[in-house]
Amino acid sequence: MIDARIRKVFPGSRGSAPFELNIHLRGDSEITVLFGPSGAGKSLSLDCIAGFACPEEGRILIDDRLLFDADTKINLPARERGCGCVFQSESLFPHMSLFENLWFAAGRVARRERRGKVGEMLERFHLEELGSRRPHELSGGQRQRGSIARAILSRPSLLLLDEPTRGLDAALRQEFYSLLREARSAFGIPAVMVTHDIEEALELGVSMHVLVGGRIVQSGAPREILDAPATAAVARLMGCYNLLAAEVAALDPGTNRSRLQISGEDETRFEIVGPYLPGLLLGARVTLAVREDEIEFGAGLAGGVKLQVRRVVPLVRGVRVELSGGIRVTVPASPGQDELRAPMVRFRPQSLRVVKS
Amino acid sequence: MAIDWFPLWLSLRVASLSTLIALLGGLWAAWLLSRKGFRGRDAIDAAVTLPLVLPPTVLGYYLLVLLGRAGPIGRFYEWVFGEPLVFTWKAAVVAALLHASPLLIKSARAALESIDPDYEKAARSLGASEWRVFWQVSLPLAWNQVLAATALAFARSLGDFGITIMLAGNIPGRTQTVSVAIYDAVEGGRGDVARILVLVISAVALALLYLANRMARNQFGRAV
Repeated sequence: MIDARIRKVFPGSRGSAPFELNIHLRGDSEITVLFGPSGAGKSLSLDCIAGFACPEEGRILIDDRLLFDADTKINLPARERGCGCVFQSESLFPHMSLFENLWFAAGRVARRERRGKVGEMLERFHLEELGSRRPHELSGGQRQRGSIARAILSRPSLLLLDEPTRGLDAALRQEFYSLLREARSAFGIPAVMVTHDIEEALELGVSMHVLVGGRIVQSGAPREILDAPATAAVARLMGCYNLLAAEVAALDPGTNRSRLQISGEDETRFEIVGPYLPGLLLGARVTLAVREDEIEFGAGLAGGVKLQVRRVVPLVRGVRVELSGGIRVTVPASPGQDELRAPMVRFRPQSLRVVKS
Repeated sequence: MAIDWFPLWLSLRVASLSTLIALLGGLWAAWLLSRKGFRGRDAIDAAVTLPLVLPPTVLGYYLLVLLGRAGPIGRFYEWVFGEPLVFTWKAAVVAALLHASPLLIKSARAALESIDPDYEKAARSLGASEWRVFWQVSLPLAWNQVLAATALAFARSLGDFGITIMLAGNIPGRTQTVSVAIYDAVEGGRGDVARILVLVISAVALALLYLANRMARNQFGRAV
């Protein structure tokens, strides 16, 4: 379990605004994902937990061990914090063989058992034949497995993973995910993982914090956040949302419905039926988030909105249709002639989510 | 023609000793300058670099003031060891040290700073002490560049003339290093002796530079 309150300020250098990291991060015994765009302070958060950067205020606890407390000036050095770090660039020492890299980490293992433990780790991570090789003689996947094996050998109470699959191809990623899941639960080590890939977060994360501009803007299970982003920024990060500027044109509590005037790109305007929006007045401006795959698309949809097709982009599964007004829709198969000639979209009221802009 | 090889041996001995001292002190200073953020770091860096740009006579003058028999350090030395420092072969070591240290500190600092910080972070998080991080991770990663700088520093200390002649003098058989001996031979009209010493010292310097270049090359198959 980790509980970290961190505040760290970087005064802006010439021309750039100051950056403030101010988070309260909590993680349980599983993998906690720290998700956010580049420059949001994700890696800095890990640096503060691992002891590579010193926050101005806050308190960091792993289990019941106090690693850092600004009030009582407790600040354990990195070597006493028991954080196993796996960085984005695999950081196996290039001047040591794989075996020596693992040996280096086994300092807390009793001397007589050390050789056996290192061998055991190599075996568990399918590296038993490669112990004598230097890192540059290994493949990217092997190096990353070696980094994890080395981190676990140091008997950490928390694993810190900083974009560990960067630079690995899709197949190696899958292999890495299952290996990480397996190893993590076998050794019972909780982990905090930084990523900006939502699929990776969904794949591995049990809970997730979304970090934007140095602050946590939403916390929850990755699935929940994907289904209900709290703000427009979070919705944008998910990569599968349309963000629509809307004005409340009518509200009808009787039918539990509203009418919303949408203004899209290029002066595209249309009106749609939405859910009843409690707490909003007529004429209120809101931002709506609609998932690309929750918009109905077809020819001759009753009550639909007529738009033009701008571009059809093939995806791994299905296709994405880009329409006038900047609206994007993902559908399972390429649209037919009718749909391309007179495309229409229809929004289900329950798929329209009001988000803070 | 009888050549006295003493100056060459003396120069090699002086250069070896000064390079060794510069290596030990320089590594420590380079580590401090590259890893510790303290006030006055830039000022210390400038002071350390100064011997590279000042004329040897200026450096020799300073050293004479400090280390001479009336100077504060010179008096202390004489009180401890019972003999003066100036005009001995040990003064030649001090002179060579002034050339070797800036080179070593500068290069070792650059080498230490070029190491990917993730390696040291990883080592620390794996529970290694600062001592172990330095000897087992930082230094091995910087070693080739440090070794190359050591070769350069050795070659440089082999060739000092100005400071040596001011501080150690030109006493044949005692403080006459090879560069001083060459000057002496030319002045004394012994061109053949000068020629041979010049050729030998050039060959040694060339070999060292070649070695330094070879060593500076990376050994790990990737940038470090």
